[in-house]
Amino acid sequence: MQVPSRKRLFIILVLSFLAFFIILPRELSLNIDTPISIHQTLVKPGIHISFGNVEIHRDLDIKLGLDLRGGSHLAFEAQTEDLSEPERETALTSLIEVISQRVNLYGVSEPSITLATFEGVDRVIVDLPGVSDTKEAIDLIGKTAQLVFAEVDTENESLIPTDLTGADIKQAQVGFDNVSAEPIVSIEFTDEGAAKFEAVTERNVGKNVAIVLDDQVISAPIVNEKIIGGKAQISGLGGEDALDQAQLLAVQINAGALPVSINLVQESVIGPTLGETSIQQSVRAGVIGLIAVMIIMVVFYRKLGLVASLALLLFGLYTLAIYKLVPVVLTLPGIAGFLLSVGMAVDSNILIFERFREERAKGASITFSLETAFGRAWDSIRDANIATLTAAFILANPFGWAFLHTSGPVRGFAITLAIGVGISLFTGVYVSRNLLRYFIRDKEENI
Amino acid sequence: MNFNWMKYKIVYAIMSAVFVGVGVLSLAMWGLPLGLEFTGGAEIDYKVSLDKRSDVMSSLEEIAENAIVQSSANDHIIVKLPEVAQEERGQLLEKVVSVDSSAKEVQFQQVGPSIGPELIKKTFFAIAIVAGSIFLWVAVQFRRIPFGVAAIFAMVHDTMVLIGVFSLLGHFYNAQVDFLFVTAVLTTLSFSVHDTIVVFDRIRELSKKHGGSLEELANRAVSETMRRSIINSMTIIVVLLSLVVWGGESIRWFATALLVGAISGTYSSPFIAVPLYITLEKLFRRSE
Repeated sequence: MQVPSRKRLFIILVLSFLAFFIILPRELSLNIDTPISIHQTLVKPGIHISFGNVEIHRDLDIKLGLDLRGGSHLAFEAQTEDLSEPERETALTSLIEVISQRVNLYGVSEPSITLATFEGVDRVIVDLPGVSDTKEAIDLIGKTAQLVFAEVDTENESLIPTDLTGADIKQAQVGFDNVSAEPIVSIEFTDEGAAKFEAVTERNVGKNVAIVLDDQVISAPIVNEKIIGGKAQISGLGGEDALDQAQLLAVQINAGALPVSINLVQESVIGPTLGETSIQQSVRAGVIGLIAVMIIMVVFYRKLGLVASLALLLFGLYTLAIYKLVPVVLTLPGIAGFLLSVGMAVDSNILIFERFREERAKGASITFSLETAFGRAWDSIRDANIATLTAAFILANPFGWAFLHTSGPVRGFAITLAIGVGISLFTGVYVSRNLLRYFIRDKEENI
Repeated sequence: MNFNWMKYKIVYAIMSAVFVGVGVLSLAMWGLPLGLEFTGGAEIDYKVSLDKRSDVMSSLEEIAENAIVQSSANDHIIVKLPEVAQEERGQLLEKVVSVDSSAKEVQFQQVGPSIGPELIKKTFFAIAIVAGSIFLWVAVQFRRIPFGVAAIFAMVHDTMVLIGVFSLLGHFYNAQVDFLFVTAVLTTLSFSVHDTIVVFDRIRELSKKHGGSLEELANRAVSETMRRSIINSMTIIVVLLSLVVWGGESIRWFATALLVGAISGTYSSPFIAVPLYITLEKLFRRSE
């Protein structure tokens, strides 16, 4: 016969406290007036860990998806058919960079810009939390990148655009200076561009020439001499992040050299009120559902059911903690995935308790029946949950395979379902087993 | 308590044939109520005050000729349009606010024509991969092909039931097949096989322990897992029902789809997968 292991109960207790700490709100106000006055706001620190190159920072807030916090989801199709394969890749990298910069200018917090390619069609997906007036955003993002070289008028502090534009550039690349080994950006011009560039440099020896992308100066190198032959280098980027600077500059110049026009193909705007209502409604539905499940468990399994309900509460606690730790972006279908995994979590207990009944019917003692039931039920629990995990894994598409769903709702659902199934294996088997060993003893023969 | 479940194989087959048949018929007559993501077009959702709702609706119908204006969830108005320019969207909102100053645009969606076909293709890929890997898992785990085939057949059955039910719900209750429905279909696959594996597992265990004819094994396995099946599906149904009832508009049809999948998945394990397994296993043994 197994005795309840204090060590295991202790592990469960520690985990539960940790999880409870994690799910506490970040700021907790204490206002106690009698007998001693305490007015204090407790601020929970985030987690900051660094292992060599890996840095982990978690502020332990629940991240809400667009459907819950409101915002807009925009999908643009990029016109890349006419480009060769290497050009296409360069152009798309540049496009994403340019769009990111424009979005940053727009001042949206936590925007997401991703590229999704399916059967040769390239789409840029832009998620803008909190933005519901999309007209301005779409105009800003949808603009085709314009690159122009400008002469600098130092007296009037103004820029005079030249006829040398992005169309005159073949490509920009990051390289290293032969002598100093410093990172540089080398630009290659077309034949026509080479002639224009020669003229521009001739007029500006010893002066700055600005490279302007979308009305923003991205670089203003000094011209050392007239450049013939259509190849130029920008050097002297300096500083510790010189390589990063060079890469960014090359990407930006390429955005002008290989301009890709984009069209809006999908737009979805969710107002903030809708999200709020959705949260309230689904939380209410979830709580009612959970209570109903507990009632069912207690009605059918009495004391065992109570323990299962306790395990279910712990399941909820751990799951929320994991959401905050990962962090999982919670969406409406994600909440449904969580509630569904509640069903799977109690299923483990049901399978075990049914086995327990069978063993008891054969006349075995309570503790012996419990131990046997856990052993017997495990095969079914494992096999059935692996099947669910397989489906969830494919839906979550963790490797971002282009032939599967790559965006939002489906993934949100699958991730919470997978996490739920994983944790349910732990709470439904390990936690409930040890709780039962503690709460259920042989002397209570009335189970 | 050893009920002869397998004696009524024909009854289960006929019941399922009727369910699936009605669904297929409905699909043939009315098709699937494809949502915006599949068909393309635009949809605007306004929240208005109750007493102004009909005024707003008629004024919208006036200015947007090619629009379908519907009311939903008592204080919402849904406007469906083939395509909307940003200016037109602004004009519509102005009009709505001029009639009801408290009105708000709570959701706007516009989907281009290229999205739908891509979504359908990806859905087929996902279903094929999920079904394929579940088949492999079951066939390898149980080391018999009939187990795998029966599990897959039950999955197909549940999917057909779900699609059929939504064709009916679409026709009679304005349900829509959207992105979330796709997710529900894929979850139904895992629901279905979850229960099937539990019964198959019991058949395997009993055959190792006691042996006996296939029918006896199957009857005992179904009897012994029936209580668990019923209690388990009760818990899942309760959770999903509370989502359907209290979970709000945006999740209602999704929860309904999951509910249909869960019910069909519970039913199909003992009544479709097990009888089919027996039939296949017999054929298989004969040919060996």
